Parts: sequence; structure tokens; C-alpha cells
Amino acid sequence: MTALPPPSARKLGLVIDLDTCVGCQACVTACKGWNDQGYGVPLSDQNAWGSEPSGTFLNRVHAYEVQPDTGPAQVVNFPRSCLHCENAPCVTVCPTGASYKRAEDGIVLVNEDACIGCGLCAWACPYGARELDGAAGVMKKCTLCVDRIYNENLPEADRVPACVRTCPTGARHFGDLGDSESAVSRLVAERGGYDLMPELGTSPVNKYLPPRAKGADERVDILAPLLDVKASGFAGWLDRLLEKI
Amino acid sequence: MTYRQPKLDTSPKVSDEVRKTTCYMCACRCGINVHLKSGKVSYIEGNRDHPVNRGVLCAKGASGIMQVTAPSRLRAPLKRVGPRGSGAFEEIGWDEALELAVSWLKPLRETAPEKLAFFTGRDQSQSFTSFWAQGFGTPNYAAHGGFCSVNMAAAGIYTMGGAFWEFGQPDWDRAKLFILFGVAEDHDSNPIKIGIGKLKARGARVIGVNPVRTGYNGVADDWYGVTPGTDGLLILSVIHELLKAGRVDLDYLARFTNAPCLVDEAEGPGRGLLLRDKDGKLLVIDKATGKPAPFDRTGVRPDLGATHKGARTVFQHLAERYLSEEYAPEAVAGRTGIPAERIRGLAAEIAHAAFDAPVVLDRAWTDFRGDVHRQMTGRPVAFHAMRGISAHSNGFQTCRALHLLQILIGSVETPGGFRFKPPYPKPPEAHPRPHSGFNPCRPLNGPHLGFVQGPGDLALKADGSPARIDKAFTWENPMSAHGLMHMVIPNAHAGDPYRIDTLLLYMANMSWNSSMNTAAVMEMLTDKDETGAYKIPHIIYSDAYASEMVAYADLILPDATYLERHDCISLLDRPICEAEAAADAIRWPVVEPDREVRGFQSVLVDLANRLGLPGFVDEEGRAKYRDYADYMVNHERRPDVGPLMGWRGNGDQTGRGAPNPDQLQRYIDNGGFATAHIPDEAQFFKPWNRAYQDWAVSLGLYDQPQPYIFSLWSEPMQRFRLAAEGHGERQPPEHLRERVARTMDPLPIWYEPFGEAAGAAYPVHALTQRPMAMYHSWGSQNAWLRQIHGHNPLYVPTKIWTEKGFADGDWARVTSPSGEIVVPVAHMAALNENTIWTWNAIGKRKGAWALDPAAPESTKGFLLNHLISELLPENGDGMRWSNSDPVTGQAAWFDLRVRIEKADPPGEAQPAFGAIASPVPPARRNRP
Amino acid sequence: MHPAPSVIIFTVLSGAGFGLLFFLALGAAPVFGLAALLLWGTGYALAVIGLLASTFHLGNPQRALRAFTQWRTSWLSREGWASVGALLLLVPVALAAIAGGALPPVFGLVGAAFCLATVAATSMIYAQLKTVPRWNYWTTPALFLAFAATAGAILTGRNLPAAILSAALGVVLVLSFRLGDGRFARRGASLGTATGLGRLGAPRVLAPAHTSSNYLMKEMIHVVGRKHSRRLRWIAVIFASVLPLLIMLFVPPVPPVVAVAALLHLAGAFVARWLFFAEAEHVVGLYYGQRGPEGGTAGGG
Ligand SMILES: Nc1nc2c(c(=O)[nH]1)N[C@H]1C(S)=C(S)[C@@H](COP(=O)(O)OP(=O)(O)OC[C@H]3O[C@@H](n4cnc5c(=O)[nH]c(N)nc54)[C@H](O)[C@@H]3O)O[C@H]1N2
Ligand SMILES: Nc1nc2c(c(=O)[nH]1)N[C@H]1C(S)=C(S)[C@@H](COP(=O)(O)OP(=O)(O)OC[C@H]3O[C@@H](n4cnc5c(=O)[nH]c(N)nc54)[C@H](O)[C@@H]3O)O[C@H]1N2
Ligand code: SF4
Ligand code: SF4
Ligand code: SF4
Ligand code: SF4
Ligand code: SF4
Ligand SMILES: [Mo]
Repeated sequence: MTALPPPSARKLGLVIDLDTCVGCQACVTACKGWNDQGYGVPLSDQNAWGSEPSGTFLNRVHAYEVQPDTGPAQVVNFPRSCLHCENAPCVTVCPTGASYKRAEDGIVLVNEDACIGCGLCAWACPYGARELDGAAGVMKKCTLCVDRIYNENLPEADRVPACVRTCPTGARHFGDLGDSESAVSRLVAERGGYDLMPELGTSPVNKYLPPRAKGADERVDILAPLLDVKASGFAGWLDRLLEKI
Repeated sequence: MTYRQPKLDTSPKVSDEVRKTTCYMCACRCGINVHLKSGKVSYIEGNRDHPVNRGVLCAKGASGIMQVTAPSRLRAPLKRVGPRGSGAFEEIGWDEALELAVSWLKPLRETAPEKLAFFTGRDQSQSFTSFWAQGFGTPNYAAHGGFCSVNMAAAGIYTMGGAFWEFGQPDWDRAKLFILFGVAEDHDSNPIKIGIGKLKARGARVIGVNPVRTGYNGVADDWYGVTPGTDGLLILSVIHELLKAGRVDLDYLARFTNAPCLVDEAEGPGRGLLLRDKDGKLLVIDKATGKPAPFDRTGVRPDLGATHKGARTVFQHLAERYLSEEYAPEAVAGRTGIPAERIRGLAAEIAHAAFDAPVVLDRAWTDFRGDVHRQMTGRPVAFHAMRGISAHSNGFQTCRALHLLQILIGSVETPGGFRFKPPYPKPPEAHPRPHSGFNPCRPLNGPHLGFVQGPGDLALKADGSPARIDKAFTWENPMSAHGLMHMVIPNAHAGDPYRIDTLLLYMANMSWNSSMNTAAVMEMLTDKDETGAYKIPHIIYSDAYASEMVAYADLILPDATYLERHDCISLLDRPICEAEAAADAIRWPVVEPDREVRGFQSVLVDLANRLGLPGFVDEEGRAKYRDYADYMVNHERRPDVGPLMGWRGNGDQTGRGAPNPDQLQRYIDNGGFATAHIPDEAQFFKPWNRAYQDWAVSLGLYDQPQPYIFSLWSEPMQRFRLAAEGHGERQPPEHLRERVARTMDPLPIWYEPFGEAAGAAYPVHALTQRPMAMYHSWGSQNAWLRQIHGHNPLYVPTKIWTEKGFADGDWARVTSPSGEIVVPVAHMAALNENTIWTWNAIGKRKGAWALDPAAPESTKGFLLNHLISELLPENGDGMRWSNSDPVTGQAAWFDLRVRIEKADPPGEAQPAFGAIASPVPPARRNRP
Repeated sequence: MHPAPSVIIFTVLSGAGFGLLFFLALGAAPVFGLAALLLWGTGYALAVIGLLASTFHLGNPQRALRAFTQWRTSWLSREGWASVGALLLLVPVALAAIAGGALPPVFGLVGAAFCLATVAATSMIYAQLKTVPRWNYWTTPALFLAFAATAGAILTGRNLPAAILSAALGVVLVLSFRLGDGRFARRGASLGTATGLGRLGAPRVLAPAHTSSNYLMKEMIHVVGRKHSRRLRWIAVIFASVLPLLIMLFVPPVPPVVAVAALLHLAGAFVARWLFFAEAEHVVGLYYGQRGPEGGTAGGG
């Protein structure tokens, strides 16, 4: 349904910690693996072992380099998937109603049976979160693993997105960003979580935690020598040192 | 209007069945849940209960399904029908294949067993494959450790009875400062990531020391972009600062290390060895009495500052050495590329974290002297390091320097520091020594690999020539505890030290990414003698996929994949223990292979039975084991101790107990692994902790307690040095005398990596890194992973980028003393200004891996290996030394020096080799 | 954006078709019989071929009817309704003309309004996209409407209106190029805001998320050379606007002349539409470090 529902109290989404993500790509293939056999059609690959392979992924991890004013350049790994925007332009542009935002939890989904594969929603998404499947011709996007997070066939602990479950560093957090008391909301508050491209007015639910400040530990003083070894000699140094035992 | 949305089934059935086994795409060996739908693998996720990965998986593990469905999978045994290297094969049956192998092997065993060389890659069954080779009787066996990271392993074991990775891990839950030297990914892939995640969640500090700032170094709070090969100098300078400031843990050093031991300074064959009493016990001076006493006597308080009959303590020797101005930050800043202030800062951070806020656990424990400690006090500075410091020709000593640093601040085996994992700690003396005594029809006289204590343990023949084809345990590299896999093909080709007949290789892509000087290796493998016969007459190879190496073998024994076979991750070998528990695991066929492939270990059992190898057949020649699964359950190394520790006897014994026929089922029921927890009071100070020693004995790790002290001063090294100085019967040949004397220093030293000899014409360092999402060569067949890493650029630092006028899309010619490549470049700022690097093993030979010959892996991807030679340029004396560490023989991959200039883009990355014929049909186009 | 032939054909032909139908519906060319059949037929053919071409862009064209359901929110859906509405409403008008008669003007007026709405809706499909700053501007509807109107005027052989519209189109086209060139930067999205890393310093791409291509890169990231686009801008303006203007001003509108003028105009329209896509940059390109020509091109045409 192309109109956006009234804003839901529950806003499920991800919080991604850029201070912790090492860029291992685990979330990329875990997502592909789960969604290749889960919600909707498989995520196909064209020319899979050929000269120009290309395939559908719902989550991609980039690597950027940032040159701060002082200090050496830094490398930041940057996972990118659907942000389940509150003001999702991908939904309102859809001519078929295939794209919709769930009223109960805010997850943005594609009803693949209704999708004509026009690609307009992918054009409308600023974040490159939608990829048209090369085999099925329907729009694929992150489902926030809607077929996991409520799945009664899975143990309680596993009712989290596949990418979150697999992330070895724990850089991906899943939860209700509508609840200011939730663990994810607290993280966002503590660590200054932010929106991507806020200037476009999409109001993403997903948040990113910035890398912490880098460089030497300001709290630590340079070591003072026990004794000037040159002046007092090795024996003097040794005596002073062993007094400490 | 109310909002309408489709009804969704949010609880779909996930699969028909879940089978739990162990991942294989790297040596981390995570637990996996394999979901099956209609008997086929549908999805793989991490096993939450597993001690290694706690449910998480890396990119390779999570795409393991691609490993099983890969079009590159071999389908049946192959017999070469065209010339070697062409890739022309015919598929044959298993009986024919095995009989062919036996027809080559049997005569060798009966006449000259050393003419079989059996080398394995990163397989995880070395206790089994070495047992097989021992039964066969050849001295020529090793796994890949020699070209991988033996410097790290050996330096750790010789210094403190264990090293990083499989031997131990940081105390992730308590460390306040974590310092990582030269690691991109490492074997402990998921545990390191989980650990870094824990540190980050706690807000603990992470420091990366690495010329390249990617991955772990990218998230590190601070970065030291050290010049390659100079870490030893940096570490010793930090030690200089710590000593000068008196910020070392004296109590720890006195109690638990040989710092208070006395160095014999009397001229003669004992000079530089440690004083011992008449029972051979190390002596210290007891502070209470001022008299010498054996180090482990009850109540002894060793004196670090003592002098006894002219002999001073190790501590005084080391303090004197490292306080020298040659290690002052100013003196090393230029070489290391780290400003003196930053080196001081690093030392200060270490001292601050170690001493200003120690971690104290209220856990009493008793040490080997009987002293009771009411608490466990720890130095919460943890280190981890890997090939960045070990894959240099000064790597052994650099790794020793790092261990020295850890020990000086008292952070090894203390809370917040570095913790051993069972079966470690285990001092070098508790390991076997190398054996190389061979005779026709006889098993080898003992295990192949081990830890030498002095020249007497070298693997030399009576005439002083090397007993092993790889020249391990010779004067060129006396402490080569893992052999030298990178020298096997060159030596066998040269007939130096002797000719062999059959090369049996197992999962090692030796004609490509695992060799130095790849093009030359391909020539060696196809080179013929005057009679027109191949110089290496027979090559048998086991691979599961159509790798580059397949084309260079005469007989291929296709392996089943990791989901289709039994494997044993054993305490006898390389288990999956954690600092708080012993653990081992199995793999089992969670699906049946759909083709004529067999688990290679079972094939080895079959071959052993056909050959009648001791250990595999009884007195009457009857097979003892049906297959590998049978061996895993019923083999006993020592009475009641076998490959698997769990559920022995009638199922309620752990570690020790009779073979239990239900054992594998019990493993399967438990998720594929077994764990045995270390009691709380035994979890730290393990080398000296009575409770730990008793627990280890009860588990069968060893047969009696074996407490020991750390070797800051290495006596085995001093014994080699003494030999070089003219003592003893076995002495190095003249051309090596000086080198042995210089490099076998009993205290850590730094010397310039041998690669620097390339000179000013090659001013740039060139490195490789492991991509986290690829495992060496085998990720390329994975349709998902190859979209992530389908080709590799050469990353160039800003200084060189601007100097040479590079722009995006440019190509460069890179030249080393031994080769040249032309490859695409990319700019990177967060990089040591004198270093270029690329991802390892992305480049592929055309025709391999069932990839399209025009695949980017072959047209743009490349290997740095073409620039690395297995031999160093000719020395002044006309000799060519191997490009290895002179202590251990570890391949010095990262010594590489090159020059780089802009080049016209060639059609494809150079050198380009012709396509090899694919032994498997072309891949289908799309997936699914 | 990828200049997909199906979309270019769709927008150019349907635009021209509805432009022609618009003029016919307003009675701009009072023709009857065979001439009416030819002209109305041309209008319908252009519109329908264009609409059919658009379905080649669909992954699942068999479900195309579903696209009519979301007219409340979706411009694409509205375009569907408007186009079908226009085509249906004008059937009696066209038939009447062919039959030699005429219906009350209100029929034509309503149909013409639908034609206009169709073109406007088409333009809004693009103009609504904040993700493509170059499109997300008044120039987009202006451009689409100007193209449709110019084509309609030329095809109906109305010299003066055609000349005026051609001139206007030229102005709008030049404006769209010039104003479009700085749009991306003015919108404010950069790799710094796309990643939020701008707070740390100047970010740049170190490694792509994947070395192989994907849907996003093929669809949204298209890089045209600056020189190339300059030349094409000239061609577009000359063919779509200047040449038709000159013809309409100086040559009487006999059918062959109209045909030549129309063909020249359409050729220019195709080039302009190709540029409309090829020069448009989607913000997703930021993630891939590919900003295409606009980052550098100061404008041409
Ligand atoms: N994903 C994945 N995991 C793997 C593997 C794989 O192929 N893929 N391979 C496995 C194997 S066999 C091994 S041996 C391990 C190796 O694991 P690592 O030890 O992480 O090996 P490399 O990736 O070679 O990384 C070497 C690192 O050392 C740095 N380096 C090079 N020279 C120096 C130096 O002089 N000083 C310092 N401080 N740093 C230096 C390089 O920049 C690089 O970051 O990984 C294992 N794990
Ligand atoms: N330039 C450069 N070169 C390097 C290094 C470097 O850092 N830089 N690192 C070196 C190091 S540390 C290492 S360990 C080597 C690694 O080099 P290799 O050991 O050659 O690594 P792989 O490419 O993984 O090759 C292993 C082979 O095992 C096969 N295989 C995979 N699965 C199975 C299986 O289940 N059964 C069997 N039988 N075979 C299987 C694969 O198909 C492949 O042919 O590379 C070395 N080469
Ligand atoms: S990220 Fe893109 S696809 Fe996801 S809700 Fe926002 S606009 Fe839609
Ligand atoms: S591609 Fe599918 S989901 Fe996207 S806008 Fe078109 S119909 Fe809607
Ligand atoms: S939430 Fe699920 S669908 Fe979305 S990126 Fe993660 S794994 Fe993929
Ligand atoms: S799995 Fe976690 S650490 Fe790895 S790339 Fe994804 S978010 Fe980053
Ligand atoms: S780290 Fe990855 S590849 Fe290695 S065993 Fe674990 S999941 Fe498998
Ligand atoms: Mo390795």
C-alpha cells in the first residue's frame, strides 16, 4: 500500500556502530544466505562464475578513508542497507502498492507478488537500499528479517536479523527505536547516533554510531625515568629499581 | 480509510532439520548449524553454544553453501593424460587410483622411504597425517607451518611455552589496553572479532601497529604505521623506556621467569648457559639466605640482582642490554618510522594500563613452590600478533621481543593479559624433538617435527648433510619446528640434498598462491631430466576443487567437502580450546557426496591398509581401522588417550578412558564438540598453578605436572651459538658460522631483514594482507564472495601516488630483484608512506576454479608472489640462502622490496599465463 | 542515471504523442477524413508505442495493470490513469473528425486536459525524486511540457505557435542544462552527509563494497564525459529547438516540411532525453564515489 501508515509507536531498526565494524562482510553473506531461501524469491546471481558477475544483495559494506585536520587518515567501514525510513519515499512512489511500510512496526517491505519491477522505488531511495532481482524482476530489499524476528519456529534468542546474529564484533544492534528506553535508543543517545543524508527528509529509523575520537591517550603522561642511567650508572639504576620489590 | 497491508506469515518453517558440525573455510573452526530442506543444504548459521564462535560466522562461513555447490568441485579421481601442467586428465575409478598410488609408494617404502615427501597444507589433521608418514617411514613430512607462521609458534614456545592464536588469547573480558601487531585477520578470526567487539563495548583501548590501517587497525583507537620489518626495534625501544622508568613487574619476573637465573660467564663450552645444581635444576640466589638454591624449592625468593661467582642474573644482562642508548626512542625513530615521542607515548600507555589500575580477582591459588596467593593480580595489557611480525627474516627474534615485553610487564597468564589455551602452556622440553631416522620397511624412529634443544637434535645425516628434503633442522634454520614447505619443490627439483620419487601433497596450492616465485615453481614441476622423465617423477595431490595445482599432478585424489566427511579437531593436534576450557570437535557427513569423492583421511587409511603401514595394521597385517571415523574413535596414542577427549570409556569419562563406540554419536548429539572446563582457581598463572597442572594431568594433556619458568634467556639458542663459536662436535659449516652466532642470540635482538639487501634500487616495501571475506585461493569459486573481491588493486600511499603522478584507473609496473608485474593501482592515505600492499591470493590462473577465462580474477587480479623469490640474491660467498628466517626457516614473505612506476595499461595484469584445461565442466551461467 | 532506451523511447514518443493529441483535441488542426485519420493516428501511435516501450523497462510487465491502483500517491500510477483517460476520452473526438464531423468543444477540452495531465504526470515521476537533484526542480515539468507542446505544434503544422514553442523549448532546455549543473551540490548531499563521516574530515572511497557491478551501479550510476556532453547539448538544442524554429518561421507548413521539422525535433528530443538521464546523478553514486559529470561539468549548451 503506497500511502504511508500513521507513524507507528514501534519503530524496529538497526543501529550500526562504525567504531566497531571491521568490514568483515559477514553480515553481507549471512543476509544473502538467509534471504536466498527466506522471504520472497531467491537472491539470484547473474554470470555467477563468469567475467562480469552481478547479483542481488540486501546489504553491502563499503570502506571509506577520512582525512581529519590533524593526525593520520582513518579507515571507516560502512555497512549499508535499508534504513526503514519513517518518511519512506520508496513507498509513496510505488505505482502498484507492492512497496509498503508496516503499520505495526514500521518495517518497509515489498510484496513481490504485486511488484511490476518498474524500479521507481529504487530511484526514490537515497541509500541504494533496493536492488531489482536480475532473475525474478522484482524489487528486493532488506526485510529487517521479518521472517526471523517474529518466527516462532526459531528459539527466542535467534529472533533477530541474520546480519545481527552473525556480526562477529557486535557492531549491529537491532531493536525498537520508538522506545526511548530500549537498549538501541540508549546507545543512540549515549554515542550520538545520527541519520544518513538528513537533508533529504526521509527520517531513517536506522541510526549510525560515529567512530570514537582517535589518537594518543590524552590521560597518560610520558614515563619519567627512574634514574638517569647515564649519570648514575647501571648499578645505581639496579639498586633503585630493586628497592621497589 | 484504514491502512491495508498484505497478510504475512512471520513464522515460516525454517528447515526440515538442523545438523551441527564444524566450519572449514579457515582454521578458526567455528561451530555451524547446517539447515537441510529436502535433504539439501539450505542455510548455514553459527552455533550459539559453540565455544569458538558463540553463534557468529564470518563471511566465508556464512556462505559455506557455495563451497558445496561450487562448479569447480572435482568429481572423481583423475589420471593425467596430457603433459604435466596442461590440465588434461581422465576420470578413473577409486580402485584404479588407489592401486596406481600403491604401485608408486610400495617400492619406495621397501627400498627408500625418504623418496616419498608428504606435505600438507592447512589441513586440520596433522597428528593423523604425521602418524601416517611416520608409519610409512619417510622423514619428509610437514604441514604448512614453515611458510606460514612458525616464527610466532616457535618463539612463543621457546620463550613461554605457547604463543598467540591456537596457543592462547587475550583476556578479552578484562584487558584495558589491547595492542595488535601485524594482524589483518588471522586464524582466530571470529574470536578476535568477538574480542574486539567486547573491548569496544567496554570502551577499552585498542592500538594497532601495522603499516596498513585497514580492518582491525581501522577500528583501533590509535595507529602506529610502522616501517615493515622494524617492529623488533620498536618493541625493544619500548622495553628500554619501561626499564628506564622501572615500570616492570619485578615480583613476577623473580617468581615465574628465568630472570633471576645465573648466566655462566666462564669461558668454555658452558659460557652463556645458566647455572644448575647437580640434579640439573636451574639455580637462583635465594634472597632469604643469600645462597644459591634450585629455582623451584619451597620458600625460595629468587633475587633478581644477585651475582654469584662472577655470574650475574639474566635480569641484569637483559637490563644492561636494553638500557643501552642504541634502543633509545631517538635512536630507532628513523628506522621504524615512528617519532620518538610516539614511542614514549606507547611505553607510557602500556605502563599506565599495566600498573596504575591492575585487575585483581579474589581467587586464591597455590604456585609450584607451594606459595599460596590470596588473589590473582593481573596486568590488563593484552597483545596479539601474527604474520606481520613473523613473516620476516628477523621474525623469530621479533616475536621473542614481543613476548619479552609481555613478560616484563607481567601480563602473561594474569588477569587482563594473555592467557594460554590447553594443551598449552607446554614448554619446549615437553615437546618431542625432531626425528629423521629412516630405514626401508620400518617406521620413522619418532615424530618428524619437534623442538630442538641444541645442535645434537638437528636432522643431519652422519655426513652432516640434511636428512630432510626441506633441510629443516639444519644449520640454515636450526629451530624449524614446522618444516619448510616452501623449499620442498625447489629442493626436490634441484636434487639438493637428494632426489625424491613421489611428492604427495594435500590441500596446498603449490603451483600458485602458496609458492614463492610461482612461475619458476611451475617450471620446476614440469621440468624433465636428460632421459625425458620428470625431475619429480610422481606427484599425487588431494584437492576438493579444480585449483591451479591440480594441473601439475599425475594423480588426483578428490576430497569430499567439509559437510560430507569426518574430521577430527583433536587435542593431540590443533584443538579449539579456550582459555577457560579444553575443547575439541568433529566434522561428520551432514550430507552425502553426490559424486565419486572420498574424504582424504579415509583414503589415507585405505592406502595405509593396502601398504600395511605399522600403526594401521596389526601383526597379521589386518586393518585396524575401516576408515577415518573408525580411527577417530579407536586409535589410542597412549593408553586411554585418543584423538577425541569427550565421552570416552562408557561415555562418562573426559580426556582419559577406553575407546567408546558411541563416541561420535555423543559428539553429534552435543553439537559436534566437547568441552572440559578449567576450575576457577586454575584459570590463570597456569604454568605455575598447581591446580591447573593437576587438572591437565587428569585430562590427559600430560602424564605428570610439569611447571616451568619462562625463558627470557634462551639456552637452546645459546647452545647453537656456542657451536658457532667453536664448541662441541657438531658445528655449523664455515659459511654459516657467523650468521648462526649472530642470529642465535639468547636474548631478543633486532637485525635488518635480509630483504633489505635488495638495496636502494628497490626502495619500497610490498606486502599482502588477508581479506576477511576470502580464504586464500578458494574463495573465488564462491559466487557471492567473488562479487566482493573479484580483483585486487595495488594500494599506493599518498607520497608515492603523487610522486609518480598516479591517477585513478592507472596501472603500475612493480619490479623486485627477482621479477616484475604490471597491475592496477589505487590510492590509500592511511598507509605507511613507503609501503604498497594488495590482497592476498585473489589473482587466479586462467582455466582454474571453473571460472570463465576472462574472469576479473585472471585479467585484473594478480599475485605478489611473482616478485618473491624462495632464494635470496647471491651472497658474497656465491651461496644463495633461502628467503627465510635463519632461526626457524619461516618464509620471509614480507621482506619484499620493490620499485614502482607508472605503466601503460596492458590488456591484462602481467605476467599472464596461458589457460589450463579445466578438469571439470564449465560452470552454468546463473545462480540459482 | 542509466539512459535506458526503453525509457527514452517511452518519454519522447509518448510526450510527442500526447502533445499532438493535445493540439488535435483543441482543434488546432481542423482536419477531417483521411488527413484526420493520419494525424490522430500518428498521435495515438506515438502515445501507445511510447507507453508500450515503457513496459520493456518492467521486470514483470504481465502485472502492469496493478500500476493503476495507487493513483492517490504515485505519479506513475497517475500517469497511467491520465494516459488511459486521455486515450479513451479522445476516441469519440478522433472518430468524429475522421467521420468528418465534430463534437462539442468541451469533449476536446477535457481530453486535452488529460493529455496535459499525462505529460505532467510523466514529468513528475522524475521531478519528484529528491534523490536526483537535477530532476528534482521546476525545469523537469517545464521541459517535458515544452517538448510535448513543441512536438504537438509542429506536427499540427501551426507555424507561429510552433515557432514560439520551439523558441521557448530552447530557452527551457538551456536553462535546464545550466541550472541543472549546480543542482546536486546545492542540494547539499555529499559523501560526508551520505555516510555522516563529514564530521571527521573529508571522506573518500577506499574500496568499493564489491568489485563486481550491481543493479544500483548499472541503473543509477552513469558517467558521461564532459566534452561528450557539451557536444550533445549543442546538438539537442539545435535539433530540438533551433532548426524547427527556423523552418517554422521561414517555410510554409506543407506536410513534407512538417515531417522534416518533426523528425529534426524528435532527433533533438532523443538526444536531449538521453542527456536528461545520462547527466542526472543519483545520490547513491556518492556511496560509490562516482559523481559522474556534474561534479566537474560547469555546463555547456
Ligand atoms: N579470511 C581469511 N582468514 C585467514 C586466512 C585467509 O586467507 N583469509 N588465512 C589464514 C592463514 S593461513 C594465516 S597464516 C593467517 C594470517 O593472518 P595474518 O597474520 O593476519 O596475516 P596477513 O593477512 O598476511 O596479515 C599480515 C599483516 O601484517 C602486516 N604487516 C606486514 N609486515 C609488517 C611488519 O613488518 N610489521 C607490522 N606490524 N605489520 C606488518 C600487514 O599489513 C598485514 O596487516 O590468517 C588465517 N586466516
Ligand atoms: N604473497 C603471499 N603469498 C602467501 C602468503 C602471503 O601472505 N603472501 N601467505 C602464505 C601462507 S601463510 C599460507 S598458509 C599459504 C596458503 O596457501 P595454500 O595452502 O595453497 O592455500 P589455499 O589457496 O587455500 O590452497 C589450499 C588448497 O586446498 C584446497 N582445498 C580446499 N578445501 C579442501 C578440502 O576440503 N580438501 C582438500 N583436499 N583440499 C581442499 C583448495 O582447493 C586449494 O587448492 O599461502 C602463502 N602464500
Ligand atoms: S532506506 Fe530506501 S528503501 Fe529503505 S525505507 Fe528508506 S527510502 Fe525506502
Ligand atoms: S519496482 Fe515494484 S516495489 Fe518498486 S516501485 Fe515498482 S512496483 Fe513498486
Ligand atoms: S535485517 Fe535481514 S534482510 Fe536486512 S540486512 Fe540484515 S539480514 Fe539482510
Ligand atoms: S558483520 Fe559486523 S563487523 Fe562485519 S562488516 Fe558487518 S557490521 Fe561490520
Ligand atoms: S572464521 Fe569463518 S571460515 Fe573460519 S571457521 Fe569460522 S566461520 Fe568458518
Ligand atoms: Mo598461513
